[in-house]
Amino acid sequence: MTETQPAPARDDPGRAVPAIELAGVEKAYHAYGETVAAVRGVDLAIAQGEFFSLLGPSGCGKTTTMRVVAGFEEPTAGRVHLHGQDVTGVPPNRRDVNMVFQSYALFPHMNVFENVAFGLRRRGVPKAEIAKRAGEMLDIVDLAGRERRRPAELSGGQQQRVALARALVNRPRALLLDEPLGALDLKLRQAMQVELKRIQREVGITFVYVTHDQGEALTMSDRIAVMNDGLIEQLGTPREIYEHPATRFVAGFIGTSNLLGGEVAEAGGGSAVLLHGPDGRIEVPVRDGVRVAAGERLELTVRPEKIGIGLDKPGDDVCGVRGTVTEVVYLGTSTNYNITTSAGADVVVFLQNATSADDIAVRGDDVWLSWDPRHSYAIGAPQ
Amino acid sequence: MTTTLTKAPQRRRAPRRRRISGLHAYTLVLIAWLILPIAIMILFGFNDTHSKQNFRWEGFTLKWYVHLFDKGDLTTAVVNSLTIALLSTAITTVIGTFAGLALGRYRFRGKGSTNLVLFMAISCPEIVMGASLLSMFVTFNLPRGYLTILVAHVMFSIAFVAVTVRARVVGLDPAVEEAAQDLGAGPWARFRLVTLPMIMPGVVAGALLAFVLSIDDFVITNFTSGATVTFPLWIYGSTRTGTPPQVNVMGTLIFAVGVLIAVVSARRSVRAAR
Repeated sequence: MTETQPAPARDDPGRAVPAIELAGVEKAYHAYGETVAAVRGVDLAIAQGEFFSLLGPSGCGKTTTMRVVAGFEEPTAGRVHLHGQDVTGVPPNRRDVNMVFQSYALFPHMNVFENVAFGLRRRGVPKAEIAKRAGEMLDIVDLAGRERRRPAELSGGQQQRVALARALVNRPRALLLDEPLGALDLKLRQAMQVELKRIQREVGITFVYVTHDQGEALTMSDRIAVMNDGLIEQLGTPREIYEHPATRFVAGFIGTSNLLGGEVAEAGGGSAVLLHGPDGRIEVPVRDGVRVAAGERLELTVRPEKIGIGLDKPGDDVCGVRGTVTEVVYLGTSTNYNITTSAGADVVVFLQNATSADDIAVRGDDVWLSWDPRHSYAIGAPQ
Repeated sequence: MTTTLTKAPQRRRAPRRRRISGLHAYTLVLIAWLILPIAIMILFGFNDTHSKQNFRWEGFTLKWYVHLFDKGDLTTAVVNSLTIALLSTAITTVIGTFAGLALGRYRFRGKGSTNLVLFMAISCPEIVMGASLLSMFVTFNLPRGYLTILVAHVMFSIAFVAVTVRARVVGLDPAVEEAAQDLGAGPWARFRLVTLPMIMPGVVAGALLAFVLSIDDFVITNFTSGATVTFPLWIYGSTRTGTPPQVNVMGTLIFAVGVLIAVVSARRSVRAAR
């Protein structure tokens, strides 16, 4: 392991040896004579020092994927590499990764220090060094002075930090975190998100973070893999995933997103123009290698904060769709507008309340929605 | 208590106190009911009796404590009972703990039938079990004695240990053992450092149960003892001619040790729970 903190190799994870590499990993369970596929083929390369999230709804295979990395599940097919070494079939106690469990799984009969020292003692680290390293780690997680407490005497947030220290003190190649903040209340969870990110920067260890909370994943991650039904739907930076959802599932799962459809009127030059309703016109960039022909139906997403509301028809350089305001919700910093377009699609618009002017529109108003074509994002054909 | 503020809670407290006094009386009666026979046993260990019977109070003495080991065959019987109880507890606790772990933790072929057999061993009337053990030993032509008693005691107490440990194991978070494995502990270290300490209260409770079941068992022992005499068998035999006060003294001592163990284990579990 390098001493300096390695920069996450975002664009090209293959440049250095990846901390974790999964190749064609599949996992199926056999229960009551039926075979249930939890993971249906996952390829991943996680760079050293990266904060990587596996995001998805429950049952999407994210926890199973993590348990395959830890060694608690053997993949039905595929290989697992840790720092270039094939560890498929190696038991968890001989893998250089550590895990933070959702339930923390602290040893209830040991005090905080004994919990943290457990891994080092198993590896025969000399006593003096154990005391030093455990002490340093308890400092990092802000638990110095509580070495003699039992887990039951600690609050949920403190137990969480003991679990973190117990795993990190071993300086693993990667730390696997299975929804570690799930049991904490909202305020503590937000504080711990910042804490986790700070600790990760401080120790420079690869973090693999499993969560179903998209906000958590967006806040902390260098890269996110959005999983659904045992497959990775999209892999990218939080910005890529949020701004350019690749599939309808990702668009729906991450944040609020507006799904619009229309018939392609003209295509070419890296973009397509869609007709939406009697007078709506949407321009959407088309990725290289994707062929779109006139007359086809195409779907796209636009994020609610990218859309503007006006009373006049916008120019041809922007996308313009007519609609009727069905609901206005004032939220303090912003106002949400629900609008039904002339083609019958429901659209949500978030507008910042930057000026103290009155609402731009009220319920029942006929308005024009407009946005820059760069914010239209064509998504895969509906599945 | 003169301010109007304190009046409201006072009024509410009054009927509650009456209910508690009823509960007090009930509790005292129940305790007396449970403790009276034991008190009589202890008391008559100090009885200065001169007849063969020990049923009438004739004055206080400590001579039965001094002459505790005067009746040689009684001493042998007590030693037999104690060694059989200790041995069967040790064997039962080991086998029963592993059985309880397996039943509480894993899914395997034959788990349902294992549970059923354990339940049968617990619910089977002792007299039936004793009689069938005897016919089995006779069929296999095994000489009855110390060993057959030990085998029988292990057999009927395993289920109690297994069930107690299983209850403890079922309540455990399996992630804790996974955490130990994740932190580098192999199977044996995992069991020794994490699993065993966590199920210890169940193991101790099971062991105490096994010891108590063994030391005072009469019915099954009577069928499987052959010429070997244990403490309960000796007492039963002595009732025809007159039970000597040494029996009361032995009973008192065994009871005292039992109370001591119960108190220690209760205090330890209170401390562990904290």
